[in-house]
Amino acid sequence: MTERERSSRRESEDSTQHHDAVASRGDDVTDKIDDLLDEIDSVLEENAEEFVKNYVQKGGE
Amino acid sequence: MHTRVIGTEVEYGITITNDDAFNPVTASALVVNSYGNGGDRVRWSYIDESPGRDARGFTLGETPIDETDSGLVNAVLDNGARLYVDHAHPEYSSPECADPLTATLYDKAGELVMHRAAVSASHLVRDGRTLILHKNNSDGKGNSYGAHENYLVDRQVPFSAIVHHLTAFLVSRQILTGSGKLGAEHGRDATDYQITQRADFFEEEIGLETTLKRPIINTRDEPHADPSVYRRLHVIFGDATMSEIQTFVKVGSTSLLLMALEDDALGQPIRLRSPVPAAHAVSRDLGLSHTLELRDGTMSSALALQWRYLELARDYAGTADISPVYKRVVAEWESLLIDLELGYENVADRLDWAAKLHLMEAYRTRDGLTWRNPKLALLDLQFHDIDPKRGLYHRLVRAGRMRRLFTDDQVDRAVSEPPENTRAWFRGESLRRYRSAVVAANWDSLVFDIGDSNLIRVPMMDPLRGTRGLVEALFDESPDASTLINKLGGEND
Repeated sequence: MTERERSSRRESEDSTQHHDAVASRGDDVTDKIDDLLDEIDSVLEENAEEFVKNYVQKGGE
Repeated sequence: MHTRVIGTEVEYGITITNDDAFNPVTASALVVNSYGNGGDRVRWSYIDESPGRDARGFTLGETPIDETDSGLVNAVLDNGARLYVDHAHPEYSSPECADPLTATLYDKAGELVMHRAAVSASHLVRDGRTLILHKNNSDGKGNSYGAHENYLVDRQVPFSAIVHHLTAFLVSRQILTGSGKLGAEHGRDATDYQITQRADFFEEEIGLETTLKRPIINTRDEPHADPSVYRRLHVIFGDATMSEIQTFVKVGSTSLLLMALEDDALGQPIRLRSPVPAAHAVSRDLGLSHTLELRDGTMSSALALQWRYLELARDYAGTADISPVYKRVVAEWESLLIDLELGYENVADRLDWAAKLHLMEAYRTRDGLTWRNPKLALLDLQFHDIDPKRGLYHRLVRAGRMRRLFTDDQVDRAVSEPPENTRAWFRGESLRRYRSAVVAANWDSLVFDIGDSNLIRVPMMDPLRGTRGLVEALFDESPDASTLINKLGGEND
């Protein structure tokens, strides 16, 4: 068996398991992601545009 | 046992909010000078070893030294690392490590060193301003700074062999080593998001430069060790990575491939027809399907190339006399390739570029943001903020969405204790035990003042000497530096 064949075999096995797992979690996953985004919103720098505009580095190395 | 000495050197992005007069050089100096107890710090010494020197281990020499470079912002840390200002960035160069897991731990310890330095420096920053450090490599405006890896390689391996075997490896490993960024820089083809921060800045296949016309293979060769035995391969084509597993696979796979090359176990090199355009294309290939032309006329994706390298490395690791850590490298590497076949979402728990992209896509879905929304540009930066309260990488870890290799305690210990299996142990332990007697240090020597008329320089030309196993007893028998020096002298008589 070549590596490519071996890898696609792994792919199909893992893929099946993965999709089953995703299907069983469903809305739960969406809720958790939304919770995470809410949490991240609370720590993001207040003025995104200003922060990004002012972020200028000198080259290095 | 075939052992590889590995280190990483990371320049951190730096900014102070609400400061119109922000000066990155001054701010970087503030950070470095604020670390630890500035009063009794030991400075880095720039004294060159003679390049032809072939001494190994410990020999004593007496050298009168002019140490007037006190203006240089530069310190040796208890863990054997170097902390300094390079150009306009604070930089942490890890101590020498004898395996990729240790190298990853000490790379991570660098983040904690920088964070603590930034916290100390913050007390000197005016109210209403915040000093922020990012472990990233680009400001998104055309300026890049480095995250270099270095590997001590057997001098017997012709440099041309390294170039022929490593170029396609480095180009294809981007799918494992990228920390991701929005957009294109340096006049490259437009893209919404790409896998690496660094690819756009690379223009040449091989060269000495690191700041302009950057090459995929860098020819800098400062072994900081016996140059007749070692060359130090300086890999500049890689991103700074937050994910521990990613850093582990990045340095582990590269080190393993170099070991296989040293043991002549790689066969014919896999060579790309056009490595530089290939590097830019791979970085833009989020679907991991783009194929690259090889010199033999066949086409292959970066992912397929990584499978070929993994096969070679796995076969080699199966029989070679090397650290068992490399078996873990192979397992994590393989697991990443398997999961990458299924799409980037499946590696968002291990690879920075995928974690950040996953987060951005979640925001785009929830808030209907275009790729040009400043909020995404802020996410792009704040992912790399090393402050655990603000940094989004840290948030993902705490939410259980990114996997780790180490506990906080392990990283904390690596800030103050040197790695055991290289000369970094001698360096760090000398500082920990005899700080007041250590005048200066660099990679391959320590300078002691034991009250004689001359300073005493202890050369450490072999990175695999000075280990805990070899010298701990000597330290334990030496209540002071003077005793240590005498005992070292006795050993060499």
